[in-house]
Amino acid sequence: MVTQLYLLIGLMILGSIIALELKDLLSAVISLGIVGFSLTLAFLILQAPDLAIVQIVVETLSLVILIAAILKTTREDTNQGLNVKEFSIWAAGILCALFLIFANQSIGLMSPFGFPNTRMAQNYLTLGVEKTGAVNIVAAIILDFRGYDTLGEATVLFTSVMGVLATLRLVGRKK
Amino acid sequence: MNRGMTIIVKTVARLISGLIFLFGFYIICHGHLTPGGGFAGGVVVSGGFILLFLAYGSEEAKNEIKIWRASICESLGTFFFWLTAMIGLLGGSFFFLNILPKGKPFHLLSAGIIPLCNLFIGIEVAASVFGIFIALSTLKRGDKS
Amino acid sequence: MMYLLSLVLLIIGLYGVLVKRNLIKIAIALSITEYAIFLFFALIGYKKGGAAPILVEGVKAESFVDPIPQALVLTAIVIGLGTTALLVSIAVRIYEKYGTFDIREISKLRK
Repeated sequence: MVTQLYLLIGLMILGSIIALELKDLLSAVISLGIVGFSLTLAFLILQAPDLAIVQIVVETLSLVILIAAILKTTREDTNQGLNVKEFSIWAAGILCALFLIFANQSIGLMSPFGFPNTRMAQNYLTLGVEKTGAVNIVAAIILDFRGYDTLGEATVLFTSVMGVLATLRLVGRKK
Repeated sequence: MNRGMTIIVKTVARLISGLIFLFGFYIICHGHLTPGGGFAGGVVVSGGFILLFLAYGSEEAKNEIKIWRASICESLGTFFFWLTAMIGLLGGSFFFLNILPKGKPFHLLSAGIIPLCNLFIGIEVAASVFGIFIALSTLKRGDKS
Repeated sequence: MMYLLSLVLLIIGLYGVLVKRNLIKIAIALSITEYAIFLFFALIGYKKGGAAPILVEGVKAESFVDPIPQALVLTAIVIGLGTTALLVSIAVRIYEKYGTFDIREISKLRK
């Protein structure tokens, strides 16, 4: 099972590198689809069926939105014009290397993979059914124990859709 | 994109979209018993709407679907979700109080206000995603200044 | 080791946002960053030999995986869709006005 996870994460890394380096925008978006669907399989292996359902549908709709935007405008990438001596690429590379070095040190302080510290969740798992009456513990957490956070998330989704509708409308623009 | 597809695709899309709506509604209603819930069921229902929109083309669908209907559905969903949460506060106790009876586990009518919240969140998410899609595909070229 | 691989995916997305010049490539890189974060959260909550955190009638499971990271990621996935759609709609309007997706040419043309 651990080898399957390693293979899936390796596939995601390969797919993301390909998605960023292709010259044709449509092929790059399809490569993004590889990353999304591998993430669905990883969620199923890690025993999270709620996340797998949401991720597979959201991935399909996100691909549809990106392809609709590409077909309306243009299909080819801009010329990058990379100069190896350029400062920004070296700065980005050094930032990434430093981040990975510090992350490696702090991962050593976390509990090892497969043995999480469930101090907060023990209460929810044992008393969840009596206190809320719901059998799905994840739904009980997001709607009863932590319902205020869900209200905030619904507001953020509402705001982003208002932004899209305001950007793309035609009524009220001066001719 | 404008004219829609052949008649075979339109007929099959009409038949399949009914099943998609039923499946999405099932995921929303059984959110407290099986995996899923409001968010998952909402995007599945919006997928059914998007299938109909893609099969019929934007010219024919423009007469049926106006964008302010999706916007009103989304606003009503958020408002009723907030109202369900405020019932506890107005009653004199804390926010998000679980006031409906809890019932027996593994039954459909159990778990207090959780199925109600799932329903309103499902309506809101479905209208949101469908509204995004309509706005992006019926985009008219604006003024070129 | 597995945590480090998911952070490598995060670094690839961050590199794409910093270096790439095309707006659609920036939106793709932002999506990759979000997927890396979701993967990291799901990896933290996994417990060896645990079952999915849903009670099934008649079956008694010994241990469950941690349900709290799943509750955090569940709404974040749908919000990621909303922000990607917002970025793409702004990019489409910019293409109508300036005729290009390149961010350096847009900043030159504004003057």
